[in-house]
Amino acid sequence: MITNGRIPTHPVALRQSAHALADPLPSLLAAAHRLAQGVAAGAHGRRRVGRGDEFWQYRPALPGDPLRQIDWRRSARSDNQFVAQREWQAAQSVFLWADPRASMQFSGAPNRPEKAHRAQTLALALALVLLRGGERVGLCNGPTPLAASCGRGQAEALGHGLLAATTDPAHTAPLPQLSAVSNRGWVVLLSDFLDDLAPFERATSAAAARGVQGVIIQVLDPIEESFPFDGHVLFESMDGITAFDTPEAADLQIRYKQRLAARKDALTDLARRLGWQFSAHSTGASALSALLWAYGAMSVGR
Amino acid sequence: MWQLGMLGFGAPWVLLALLGLPLVWLMLRALPPMPTRQRFPAVGLLLGLDSRRSESQRMPWWLRALRLLALMAAILGFAQPVLNPQPSPQNTAPLLILFDGSWADAADWPARLARAEALRAEAGRADRAVSIATLTRPPLAGGAEFGPAAGWTGRLAGLRPAPWAPTADLYKSWAGAVRAPVDTVWFSDGLDHAGRDALAQALAAQGRLRIVENPLAVTLLGPVDLQDGTLAINATRSRTGPTQTLRITGFGPDPSGAPRALATTDLRFGPSATKVSTQLSLPSELRNRITRFQIEGLRSAGAVYLTDGALKSPKIALIIGRGAGEGLDLLSPDYYLRKALAPLGTVMTGNLADLLPTVPDVIFLTDDTRPTLAETNALERWVKAGGLLVRFAGPRLAMGQDGRSDQNADLLPVPLRPGGRSIGGALSWETPQGLRPFPDESPFAGLSAPDEVRILRQVMAQPAALPRNTPNTTDPSSDIKTDTGRSLALLADGTPLVTARDSGAGQIVLFHVTADPSWSTLPLSGLFEQMLERLLRQANGQPTQIDITPTALWQPQSSLDGFGVLTDASTQPSVPGGALAAGEPGPDLPPGIYAQGAAQLALNLGHAGHTALRPAVWASELQIGPISATSGPEWPLQPALLGIALAAFMADILASVALLTARKRRMMAGLVGILGFFALIPGPNLAHAQPLPPQEARALRALSQTVLAHVLTGDPRLDQQAQVGLQGLSYTLARRTAIEPGAPIGVDIERDELAFYPFLYWPISAAQPLPSAQAYQRLNSYLRGGGMILFDTRDDDLAGFDGLNATTPTAAQLQSLAQGLDVPPLAPVTEGHVLTRSFYLLQSFPGRFANGLLWAEVQATQPQGSDRTLMSATNDGVSPILIGGGDWAAAWATDALGQPLFPLDQGIGTGGARQREMALRFGVNLIMYVLTGNYKADQVHLPALIERLGQ
Repeated sequence: MITNGRIPTHPVALRQSAHALADPLPSLLAAAHRLAQGVAAGAHGRRRVGRGDEFWQYRPALPGDPLRQIDWRRSARSDNQFVAQREWQAAQSVFLWADPRASMQFSGAPNRPEKAHRAQTLALALALVLLRGGERVGLCNGPTPLAASCGRGQAEALGHGLLAATTDPAHTAPLPQLSAVSNRGWVVLLSDFLDDLAPFERATSAAAARGVQGVIIQVLDPIEESFPFDGHVLFESMDGITAFDTPEAADLQIRYKQRLAARKDALTDLARRLGWQFSAHSTGASALSALLWAYGAMSVGR
Repeated sequence: MWQLGMLGFGAPWVLLALLGLPLVWLMLRALPPMPTRQRFPAVGLLLGLDSRRSESQRMPWWLRALRLLALMAAILGFAQPVLNPQPSPQNTAPLLILFDGSWADAADWPARLARAEALRAEAGRADRAVSIATLTRPPLAGGAEFGPAAGWTGRLAGLRPAPWAPTADLYKSWAGAVRAPVDTVWFSDGLDHAGRDALAQALAAQGRLRIVENPLAVTLLGPVDLQDGTLAINATRSRTGPTQTLRITGFGPDPSGAPRALATTDLRFGPSATKVSTQLSLPSELRNRITRFQIEGLRSAGAVYLTDGALKSPKIALIIGRGAGEGLDLLSPDYYLRKALAPLGTVMTGNLADLLPTVPDVIFLTDDTRPTLAETNALERWVKAGGLLVRFAGPRLAMGQDGRSDQNADLLPVPLRPGGRSIGGALSWETPQGLRPFPDESPFAGLSAPDEVRILRQVMAQPAALPRNTPNTTDPSSDIKTDTGRSLALLADGTPLVTARDSGAGQIVLFHVTADPSWSTLPLSGLFEQMLERLLRQANGQPTQIDITPTALWQPQSSLDGFGVLTDASTQPSVPGGALAAGEPGPDLPPGIYAQGAAQLALNLGHAGHTALRPAVWASELQIGPISATSGPEWPLQPALLGIALAAFMADILASVALLTARKRRMMAGLVGILGFFALIPGPNLAHAQPLPPQEARALRALSQTVLAHVLTGDPRLDQQAQVGLQGLSYTLARRTAIEPGAPIGVDIERDELAFYPFLYWPISAAQPLPSAQAYQRLNSYLRGGGMILFDTRDDDLAGFDGLNATTPTAAQLQSLAQGLDVPPLAPVTEGHVLTRSFYLLQSFPGRFANGLLWAEVQATQPQGSDRTLMSATNDGVSPILIGGGDWAAAWATDALGQPLFPLDQGIGTGGARQREMALRFGVNLIMYVLTGNYKADQVHLPALIERLGQ
């Protein structure tokens, strides 16, 4: 296990850490699979005419259409000739990013998953659905992003990458490596977005300029939304660096909620400017709804 | 020790810490409670926010108060406070605790003992020698006996007040016994006793003398007198005080003989009165029954007044002559009698036939009265039953109509000469006779005869009937008191005037003169009344006077103890009459009932001569304190205060937990739960730390469930076989019947207790040594007490038990073994024996051998030659001994899986299985027979019952 920020070099220790790393993977994969079951399987078209297997629409044949494109069965029912068009099913490359930072490793209740876990599950489930649909999925997490690829084997690589990013103690790359995202590709960003937004805004703006489309999901714990504290409380950040002492926490509740709402507004505003989609997700709510929303958001954008 | 009112502090400097409490209050006010640490990712959003309110960060006031209370209790507790601290004098002189120990102490004796115990304990703490004594007992030869305080605990509790007061002699001897320096606590009874000042001075001279005294008055009941038929009840108290009402109850046997409160009255002391008296008028029936008066609610010998005959008034029947009524009153013989008797008791007048059935104590019969033959017989019976018949002479008696007639001779003490005697008449030379002083033995002894009593006529006793009563014949050898009669009073010339004769339990007394003044002036004198009174007292079983000669001994019948409880004293030594006459109870003369012959005398503390109680007056320099020290017992408060502090701290923890957030509360609860778990763990460990001794464990095992047992023969193979055999039988029983036996137990008849086992299986081994005499005794008592032994010779009855020819070694062994046993007559078990149907219906009792012949005690229905009582009669018809040779254990034996262990004799055609089943059935029947007795014997009627039910 990687502890105290030191990366083991001895082969045995390395294998141990690899095991420790792989341990949560099956459960993460299983959770993601379970989640992905909720979404209809199969390749989903782009809702427009293009290359693909699925029938999309008939249109009157125009001059210049090759004869072999004419759907004779349909044309025989009328005097005009029709061409059967198919839905465009071109593969897209989607890049995922789940915030690996310490602030995500928080859960307000023992029976609730940590935010990081929820984000990883959501990301991986989305990846599974997308992979099933034939898309290419990659990872812009961490120092070495995972290139987009398709196929079932990619899911495991994605899971490894997500977990590895979380357990990277140095957090050498807290921000998504959006430069890895191919032009006109998609990016899915999962984080609590509770720290400074400016670097994130810069990175996303640059990516959007390259034609990258994106989905932003803010994952929050219910406690972070309701702020159910009172009395004398010493608040500490997850990494223990920042602390805030308040004599009466209940007094802060309204203003905290105002600030949180402002943060969500800022994110919404950013998404609108970029032409991206934004949603907030609470770990207290069902992960499936967030998954469906994300999938739908990506379908709309295509 | 520093004292503050009733509180003393062992470590007062700790109290200085109380000064710090206000500071602590301020600090608690100023210091906010510890913040809750909370991990929170969104802390970045909080930065820069500030709380406007700051009031609630302070501790709630009640929590502050609680903590302060805990602190205060702890400080006070560590200061070692003591309630009512007893000043411990630095004196190390021995401590003498003296009790007057008189009856006046008895009312508050427990309080005195408690105080003395406190003093003793205190002296024990100070390591002082202690002696405890009562002044009503003489001191030991060497003075008080001093010893360590602890040694007096039991003896102090055993001290009892005496039912008398300390005498001057006792005080004097105690004063003489005090020689060494000593501190004294004297528990005074509050009364003034002669000689006490001398003792007080002697004690004060030797050391510190403290007097402990009850300031309340001492009350003494008595005397109770009978005046004109009403009881005068007196009581005295030692000092004046507020109005005080005493309830006096008279106790006595009711007609059925059970003791009962017969009368109650109230005595009321006025505010300044020390004496009080009240009249209690009771029917004489009731009054005569009362045996004691008692002040309610006062436990003391002084609160009890025992009654004797003095309070009883005899029932007097005065028989009126038939011819009376015509003459003048003054000439009537009844008149003088009636006048004389009226103050002495209830006088009934009437004729004999009417009055005799009322069973009077005394009957006065004048000359007028002529009892008929039937009445004479009835009178005689009445006299023999204890009545006193007093007759007066007269002309008719003198004429001899009575004296010579046979039927009335029994009612006269002496035969009379006919005609009588006239003294001092016109034809007589003699002058009227006066009286000689009464003889000592006479009930009239001591009465002085006035000179004016003159006898003019009298009837004369036959000269030979009475010994000549001259003044010279008063020596004891002269047979004055004979069955034939005796003289109670003599004339100056020695002729008897009053004669008496005992008849049965009663007495017949004859006045040789008339009851009117016609023959003598006796009825006119006061002597007449006194003589009658003496006679009546005699009739009450009351001494006419107390014999003060040292030889006259009175036997105590019952005596009072200091608390006023009447106890039997008939084993106590007799006391001389002189001491009794003095009437002052003492060590040798406890108050109580004393008897001399038929006469009974009650000795009371409140006797007539003891009418004033003087309160004790002490020298003014003496320290006098009440019994119950106002300070009360020493009471250390430290444990209570520390307990309060601890409880407050606990409450503080709970309150703090209540103030925590929910998550912290759960953690706290978990912590408390874990602590509680660890606190509980040592319990079972301790319980297991002490294993039972093996004998007891065995007994416990045998008693907690039914257990089959076998006798250990010493042959390991045989014992093992018996063990597994019984194991198999137990298993079968548990499966088929309501009997669920535990694991079988092997019993060593030499050592183990047999009474726990209802059934013993005894496989006979030829090698087994004979039991010891002691073991035989226990075996026999086991058999008589309802136990049962199955002897198994394991030889297929080859020997047969009908004769002396024991051919197999085991049978020979059984014969020699049974020599010492109490074996009843035996017979083979036949069809119809309870054993054949106690559970299964069986024809035979096979074991390993199919031919299971079984011998049991001869059944009662069978004719038997011997007159020996059947042992089984005491055991519900169960034979105490069964003998057979079937080797049953081998047939019953199974392993843990229920598989048989031994091959069987294949005598029955179907092979071992059926025979084994039959053997097991026999085993079931056997145990059923052992446990249920002849319950199934009734089954002979079952076919008839079923048949009747069918109809």
